[in-house]
Amino acid sequence: MAAKPKLAVFKFASCDGCQLSLLDAEDELLALAGAVDISYFPEASSHMAPGPYEVALVEGSITTPHDAERIREVRRQSKFLMTIGACATAGGIQSLRNWGDSQEFLKAVYARPEYIQTLATSTAIADHVPVDFELRGCPINHHQLVEILTSLIAGRRPRTPTHCVCLDCKRRGTVCVTVAQGIPCLGPVTQSGCGALCPAYDRGCYGCYGPVGQSNAASLGDHLVAAGTPPLQLVPLFRSFNGYAPEFKTESDRLAAQSAGGG
Amino acid sequence: MPEPRTIRVDVLTRVEGEGALHIRLRGDAIEEVQLNIYEPPRLFEALLRGRPLEEVPDITARICGICPVAYQMTSVHALEAALGVQISPEIRRLRRLLYCGEWIESHALHIHLLHAPDFLGYESGLAMAADFPQEVNRGLRLKKHGNELLEVLGGRAIHPINVAVGGFYRAPRREELAALIPDFEWGLQAAVETTRWVAGLNFPKFTRPYEMVALVHPDEYPFNEGSVTSTAGTSVAVTEYERHFEEVHVAHSTALQSQRTSGGASYFVGPLARVNLNRDRLSPTAQRVADEIGFVTPCLNPYQSIVARALEVVHAYEEALTIVRDYRPFQPPRISYEYRTGEGRAATEAPRGLIYHRYAVNETGQVELAKIVPPTSQNQKQMEDDLRSFLPGIMHETDERIATLCEQLVRTYDPCISCSTHFLKVYRERH
Repeated sequence: MAAKPKLAVFKFASCDGCQLSLLDAEDELLALAGAVDISYFPEASSHMAPGPYEVALVEGSITTPHDAERIREVRRQSKFLMTIGACATAGGIQSLRNWGDSQEFLKAVYARPEYIQTLATSTAIADHVPVDFELRGCPINHHQLVEILTSLIAGRRPRTPTHCVCLDCKRRGTVCVTVAQGIPCLGPVTQSGCGALCPAYDRGCYGCYGPVGQSNAASLGDHLVAAGTPPLQLVPLFRSFNGYAPEFKTESDRLAAQSAGGG
Repeated sequence: MPEPRTIRVDVLTRVEGEGALHIRLRGDAIEEVQLNIYEPPRLFEALLRGRPLEEVPDITARICGICPVAYQMTSVHALEAALGVQISPEIRRLRRLLYCGEWIESHALHIHLLHAPDFLGYESGLAMAADFPQEVNRGLRLKKHGNELLEVLGGRAIHPINVAVGGFYRAPRREELAALIPDFEWGLQAAVETTRWVAGLNFPKFTRPYEMVALVHPDEYPFNEGSVTSTAGTSVAVTEYERHFEEVHVAHSTALQSQRTSGGASYFVGPLARVNLNRDRLSPTAQRVADEIGFVTPCLNPYQSIVARALEVVHAYEEALTIVRDYRPFQPPRISYEYRTGEGRAATEAPRGLIYHRYAVNETGQVELAKIVPPTSQNQKQMEDDLRSFLPGIMHETDERIATLCEQLVRTYDPCISCSTHFLKVYRERH
């Protein structure tokens, strides 16, 4: 039998929640630890083996000059690099600085901003190095994570569902919150992964899993405006945890311009 | 003059978030102790400005994937104070229940997978599993229970979606919560076993004259409410917190670290502080177990935080069972409110200790100002002080051993440094 594949977990600007998802796979964790060689996972172990690694999980976005360098080294050391979560795949909530003045943001938090080294933007890993697979979510779904790791160990191509949240609501039997209650919801343009949680709790989807393929965000934006929500109120809905994903960014910018133009 | 001796722990392991430890010694003198938390800043306090206040609990959850509920709870209480919202007793109980889930999940993780390996000589909980399968599996099951409670009540374990300003988006159905009862009855007993197990670990002899700070409530063990109380005798309303505890941006450093406003001393928050200040309000079983294992309060040995954590897991299970057994669905799940200009403050007890938020909101329902003080930034100065006091006793050890021992001392705090609302970096030099 071949040697166990070496797995590494790297963190950039993030909340730790996506790598915690690996430890949240309580039922599979010990089996997984038996099937792979967990070579670098500082949150869980003091054992830190040098690369190269067969599989690298990368959490977080790039926000500092040092991290922009570090991700290149991670890429060099990793055969299969998978990003986990909205920060790594779209820049995360911290990408709100991309619309503002990052120096002004620093001044709002620190008395001495000149001591802080940070980039003007928070960007996705794929903006810096080639990425082999992106696992969406804020946070990721640990069942999907285990499924993908299992695929990789078995030499299968990893897959995750790519339909929109709306289909999951139908499957779950949840009455549409937009149609029935007039609540703005990103379900039609957001990728599945959470199991359509928010509508089942009487609130609109806020886009944790990012834009679904071939989404028509402008059509949804127009519909929600026509149904009575002012464009200005829709801007933060599109501009949040996956706000810097191109489809959501374009729509939030369009709505912001519409709002400014319409007075 | 002897050559300086530099000891570095470049990556602190088994902590949440990323940090390093730099120590420079010359002869018997400690020249430098740096707890360098190099988490990139995410600037939450800045990015919250202008956002609709309804989004605050969703956004602040993302400060920490391990204790999102602590950020959500503190945000909603502070915003409700700003808006003049009074929540109902039913909502208040459900919030305590949600916090029980987070304490169980977070404490079970730290006790079994992150901290116990230090006492038993393993590099991880996973490595420990071969020799301690019963303990590690019990820890994983307890952690899973905490997550299951968060999933039922919050929608999911990491970044729950059901917490709203004013209450919850939807109150759970009775049968959803009742389904947890058998597991939680087992868990209560398992948590007692865990407490007995950790009480028997071999603790280094190290105590310090800490000022410990936690919320204290007359009738209950603190989660969401209480006066800010210290073992040195301070007891003030949460609205007075910033008069007594301040964040300082030290010269030659990028640290925003908390200290006592008067005198600039460090202080200690977390499970050990809570148990020391609230032992009589632990649940009956937790009190009985504390007596049985001979847990003497005040306990001033930080290594025994693992026992305080275990007692709190017992408490959280017992309180969760009480709330779940008595639960009846109620209306409304969320108290409505009107926008108004105002400012509100709140402190709650995160798994890692007291957490404080202050928000200003305007008449259109937007956030104008946010101030967030996480538990680990409050403990940061205390950790440094501990290391300075600890180092003279271990100078004779090898550099590698000193590094390990210092890392273990830091780990007793369960530091959670991904909460980089502030970029915490300590840099001190002595000439």
